Amino acid sequence: MEFLAYFGGVFEPLSLLLLIGGTVGGLILGATPGLSPTMAVALLIPFTFHLSPTQGLILLGAAYTSTVAGGAVSAILLKIPGAPANIATSLDGNAMAKNGEGARALHLSFLSSGIGGVTGVMLLIFLTPVLASWALEFGPSELFWISILGVTVIGSLDSKSFVKGLLSGCIGLWLSTIGYDDNLGVPRFIFSDSLTGGINIIAALIGLFAIPQVLDMFSKGRQSRDIEQIEVPKHPISKSVGELRRSGRALSIGTIIGSIIGLIPGVGGQIAGLVAYDQSRKFSSQREKFGTGHGEGVIAAESANNAMVGPSLVPLLTLSIPGSPTAAVLLGGLLIHGIFPGSDLFEKHPDVAWTFINSMLIGQILMVIFGIYTAAWAARIARAPMPIMAAAVMVLALFGSYSVQQSMGDVYIMLSLGIGMYFLEKFGFSAAPLVLGLILGPIAEANFIQGSLIANAQNGPFEYFMTGTLNVLLITLVVVSIAYSFWSNMIQGRTSTLAEEAG
Amino acid sequence: MRNWIKGLTMGAAAAAAIATAAWAADFPDRPIGVAVSYGAGGATDFQARIVTMVAGNEEYFGQPMYIVNKPGAGGRVGWNWFANEADADGYMMSAYNVPHFIAQSIKGGVSYSADSFEPVANWGADPAVIVVGNDSEFNTIGDMVDFAKENPGKVTLSGAGLFVGHHIAALQLEKETGAKFAYIPTKGGGAAAMKAVIAGDVMGGINNLSDAFRAREAGNVKILAVADLERNQEFLPDVPTLMEAGYDVDDASVNFRGLMVKKGTPQEVIDKLAAKAPEMFANDRVTKRMKAGGSPVRIMSREEVQAMWKKRQESLKELLAGL
Repeated sequence: MEFLAYFGGVFEPLSLLLLIGGTVGGLILGATPGLSPTMAVALLIPFTFHLSPTQGLILLGAAYTSTVAGGAVSAILLKIPGAPANIATSLDGNAMAKNGEGARALHLSFLSSGIGGVTGVMLLIFLTPVLASWALEFGPSELFWISILGVTVIGSLDSKSFVKGLLSGCIGLWLSTIGYDDNLGVPRFIFSDSLTGGINIIAALIGLFAIPQVLDMFSKGRQSRDIEQIEVPKHPISKSVGELRRSGRALSIGTIIGSIIGLIPGVGGQIAGLVAYDQSRKFSSQREKFGTGHGEGVIAAESANNAMVGPSLVPLLTLSIPGSPTAAVLLGGLLIHGIFPGSDLFEKHPDVAWTFINSMLIGQILMVIFGIYTAAWAARIARAPMPIMAAAVMVLALFGSYSVQQSMGDVYIMLSLGIGMYFLEKFGFSAAPLVLGLILGPIAEANFIQGSLIANAQNGPFEYFMTGTLNVLLITLVVVSIAYSFWSNMIQGRTSTLAEEAG
Repeated sequence: MRNWIKGLTMGAAAAAAIATAAWAADFPDRPIGVAVSYGAGGATDFQARIVTMVAGNEEYFGQPMYIVNKPGAGGRVGWNWFANEADADGYMMSAYNVPHFIAQSIKGGVSYSADSFEPVANWGADPAVIVVGNDSEFNTIGDMVDFAKENPGKVTLSGAGLFVGHHIAALQLEKETGAKFAYIPTKGGGAAAMKAVIAGDVMGGINNLSDAFRAREAGNVKILAVADLERNQEFLPDVPTLMEAGYDVDDASVNFRGLMVKKGTPQEVIDKLAAKAPEMFANDRVTKRMKAGGSPVRIMSREEVQAMWKKRQESLKELLAGL
């Protein structure tokens, strides 16, 4: 309960001002496509030069938490996930916005973000020493199996057809091999200079999600002038709270999965949302509603991606190992103030460490308040006439993909992937499995190569990859997940054939 | 309308001509970019932001410097971009990492070599050190080398990738001792390589002095040796150099960081940058922040860097010839 003693630091006038500024700024940065949490934190570090370590960290902590949640805004309203963490949110969230329920989607997203986020920070406060040693258990072989577990989700994610899901996953896996391979430095599929660094995930996200949508709007645009004008009814917050209370299962699945995945160094929040989304669908009684604007989808995805924030800092704060790209940037922010994270951080600099953690706790709550306050008018974006909307999304897509690393190459990649995806969607493929393949490919590959190199120096790959409690547990999960997919696919196939026969 | 456009174009052309003439004299009259070939938050990015933070002071350049991150493929993306697309006018510099970019150009497949760039000045030098987990049975570098000699290829050593300082140090040590190590390049830079050591995924690792110093402060690793010509008095006065331990390994793996411009930049501009940059690096606020971040400072003039590049070019060519 030591952390309670340091709450005072958060409520000093300047600190509170920074906290509010960081939260509001973070929401705006997060809602801008192309500005990922990692970039937002990196952009803010120079500002902390002029602040004390504690105040600097308050700003960074608040910005980190709120950019993750802010990414949901563009994912829901424009179907452009601001960062990989928000991919799953766009699946149901955007469908809700199109049904005129944007405000409901935003409410659910901020409320579940808040609940997931506070739980995650609580884990950070109370279980850090236990979790730290647990995070280290994940070596190359375990990370390889985790990414394979992720691959098994691909087939069933946001796709009418299991086979088409797998196929788009494979396209994603292939795209991820472009560029210099990270372990051995071998160039692969580099036909143009812009491909040297491989496909940037943020640029790919924007292209795959936004461009097909823009093309779709343009292709419809001229047909009728008075196309469906979406009504955006006011959505009372009490109704959203009620819905959240009824969706306890999605909320708890999201929070638990987000916390666990956040803890594992090297996997990070990129896949937390997608895995949670998939699992809560598998356990839901209204499975068929997912993807059509179902509240549970948004709740699971958003509670997971904010629950991951707290645990993802455990390896950083205790072992000085940044577990995610954002944590690496935060490490820079700590070092610049002469604070070395490590097992003695909480003894040496309790004021800094606890104030930082407390600010994330308060930041979560502020984020919910400001997020909900803006939800009502942000949701009106869905009412914008289609031509204006299409143009605006196009501008944001170009700006976002260029701003990732000031490179026109990324813009071309974004456009070509987007145009390719437009045609793939016409044939019933969807973007989410493709992106998951793109994210998981490098993790699986790098860890497999690293593991094999280590295994060859030891007793061979079989022993290295197939033995050990954690490995066996993960392999079992992989087998169960594949078996479940087959089983449910067969059941579905049988029921739909029966339905056809009956109909 | 057409006349208006014509006038504008002519005006712009005239302005450009005047600007070129007056160039060197008032350089810099606008902010200067620094392209960093690694991601935001990495050690190079972190240090580049610190050493350029006082550029706007009147006694240095009177214009701020801003960082542009061009990460990917171990730095190749950023340096390719700099060699192919940046203007040779001094308004876009790049941060160099030696031996990385020289080793990559020797291995081929990139559009740059040491001759494509002109050094401005060096700000830091991060030597490679050899680390093992805190519970390792190796207590000296001798223990490790002896074990590796008896068990060829069994000692796994993690490092931040291929053809970076860590890899060079491993190659040098293999060449000198005749022992065979299993060098494991990790994805995710020095931090991931250090995690592999602390978690016990590998038997040891080669890492940056600054990161190893912090990991030792946190009680996670032992540092066996430093691959430099002298001990590091500031951070690790107690750790012997490989030379002291009896292995003839020089400082070819030390990660030097500094600023460079493209070949073809006007000589007056290079001279101006080269004169002011070392003074800027020596600023009190800069060195204080660098020290706080555990980043070893080593300021070198343009002439010293030129000599260092030349020496590295030769020694790396020889070392990488067998690969």
